[in-house]
Amino acid sequence: MIKVLNPGLATSVQDMGRHGYYHLGIPQSGGMDQLALQAANLLVGNASDAAVLEATFMGPELEFTADAVVAVTGAAMTPKVDGAEQANWESFAVKAGQVLSFDYLKGGARAYIAISGGIDVPVVLGSRSTYTLGALGGFQGRPLAAGDEVPVGQGKGTAGRSLDASLRRAPGSPAEIRVLPGIYWHWVTDKSGAQFYEDTWKVAPEADRIGYRFRGGRPIEFTERERPFGAGSDPSNIVDGCYPYGSIQVPGGTEPIILHRDAVSGGGYFMLGTVISADMDLIGQMQPHTPTQFVKVTMDEALQARADRTALIGRIHEALA
Amino acid sequence: MESRYTFGGDEHVFCEVDTEMSLEAFFKSLSMTNAVRESQIRGVTEICPANASFQIKFDPDIIKPDDMLAEIKKLEVQAESAESSMDTRIVEVPVLYNDPWTHETLMRFRERHQDPSGTDLDYSARINGYDTVDDFIAAHSGSPWFVSMVGFVAGLPFLYQTVEREKQIEVPKYLRPRTDTPKLTVGYGGCFSCIYSVRGAGGYQMFGVTPMPIFDPQQRIKYLQDFMIFFKPGDLVKFSPIDRDTYDAAVEAVEANEFEPKIRDVRFSLDEFNADINACNAKLEGALK
Repeated sequence: MIKVLNPGLATSVQDMGRHGYYHLGIPQSGGMDQLALQAANLLVGNASDAAVLEATFMGPELEFTADAVVAVTGAAMTPKVDGAEQANWESFAVKAGQVLSFDYLKGGARAYIAISGGIDVPVVLGSRSTYTLGALGGFQGRPLAAGDEVPVGQGKGTAGRSLDASLRRAPGSPAEIRVLPGIYWHWVTDKSGAQFYEDTWKVAPEADRIGYRFRGGRPIEFTERERPFGAGSDPSNIVDGCYPYGSIQVPGGTEPIILHRDAVSGGGYFMLGTVISADMDLIGQMQPHTPTQFVKVTMDEALQARADRTALIGRIHEALA
Repeated sequence: MESRYTFGGDEHVFCEVDTEMSLEAFFKSLSMTNAVRESQIRGVTEICPANASFQIKFDPDIIKPDDMLAEIKKLEVQAESAESSMDTRIVEVPVLYNDPWTHETLMRFRERHQDPSGTDLDYSARINGYDTVDDFIAAHSGSPWFVSMVGFVAGLPFLYQTVEREKQIEVPKYLRPRTDTPKLTVGYGGCFSCIYSVRGAGGYQMFGVTPMPIFDPQQRIKYLQDFMIFFKPGDLVKFSPIDRDTYDAAVEAVEANEFEPKIRDVRFSLDEFNADINACNAKLEGALK
């Protein structure tokens, strides 16, 4: 068990996600940077899909009641055991009674804290992930709070294992996010569509597990169309439909929003395309104000990027086998 | 009505059955998603019907996107010839219209509304040509609604009224979405009513609240013990206006876990509906009497 002395800003239990309920409005949830989540688990000898803590922008302060091996991947926040600094992307031992805390955020956005044995909250609809909006899963359906006692499973990890820097992945500056245009792309004028890729956008402060909002580019201009019955009055409105994970909606044509793992499953805004699956991890590591360039790709390029990411995860498994 | 297919990244096929809303488009979306479920195409991970569109999520490591698309398109002929009738259920949903909680909330977010001088009900009644709010409430609660989609957040039903298009209520969403909506608010946006399953952000006009929970992640409520979400696409709903005393009594019954929603099995046929809307609705509502 671990005791939460200070929860940080938004720390929640996440695993690889919950599948098969999106048609009822329950999104997949799970770690936003799935590569970092799996690497953290493998470093401490867990199955790669075990539940971990995802800490956003700021680390928690946790007191351990039993000996454990811990690894912190993803965002650059230096972990400390009773004040002694440890390395990121490397497993280290924490003894019963010791306190794990973190230095401030130096890069990225989300740290993945894996503990040998995994976080042992109940499985709800096939996953331990927290879906805060629905008060479902994780620790009592919510992010951690001071005083929580979080159960940890039995595990045996080894301290001192690390993952080579070549096997990690983080967004560059500007962050390049690859997009497959589609869905309602044909509503956007050619000029405006070109501007969407030319402009440098910035992550807005409204960036969370549901979605990431962007500002700074020129507004979207729409082609002339008749308003379809039932869609609503704004040119960006559609008859409420499903939202793909990674889809980019632009309410009112002004600020693009990319839906992530706690996505609202549908609604009434048009989407101009979708971030390719290989780049969703990167969004999870973007801080507000990160300059961002959207890059147009084809389906073949999207599938190649997906294969490259799968191969990288394969090499992580081999390195930490 | 011609379906348009497109990819949502490398993991989703998105199909717009029609650009505008109609019961025909909804039935086709439902038949298509049923056909995808029955055909058990390998690699399908989520099957999501929506009002006039649907979405299939798949694993491109198992099936290539173009092959997935071809498999779905194959089912379209079959779905078009599918009988547009279904065995379903009709549920009576009690509503306290013009309640104090949505009223407090709509006053708090008035500057985000098209008409800050009145309430959401005043505004919606006026722009839909009703003389009084009572007439408007009578229209909203006067005939059944189809659950044409479940989503946005966990368990939230979108509802489409079974009346002629010229009688359908249409209202815009708030100019800017609210950051708060009371739990179990009965809302309206575009041509859809909805019931907010949880408290949270929202852009729909607010008309009232129901005492009947429709989502319970703890599954303590007895009629949500089999599954935490009450509604599914294809359910029918009849709103029933109630007064404050009846509302309070229903809330007490919910708290004592003694509340039982009124549910009856019915068959809906789109052909019967199109032939005689009033007779079809009378039959559906009759099941609740």
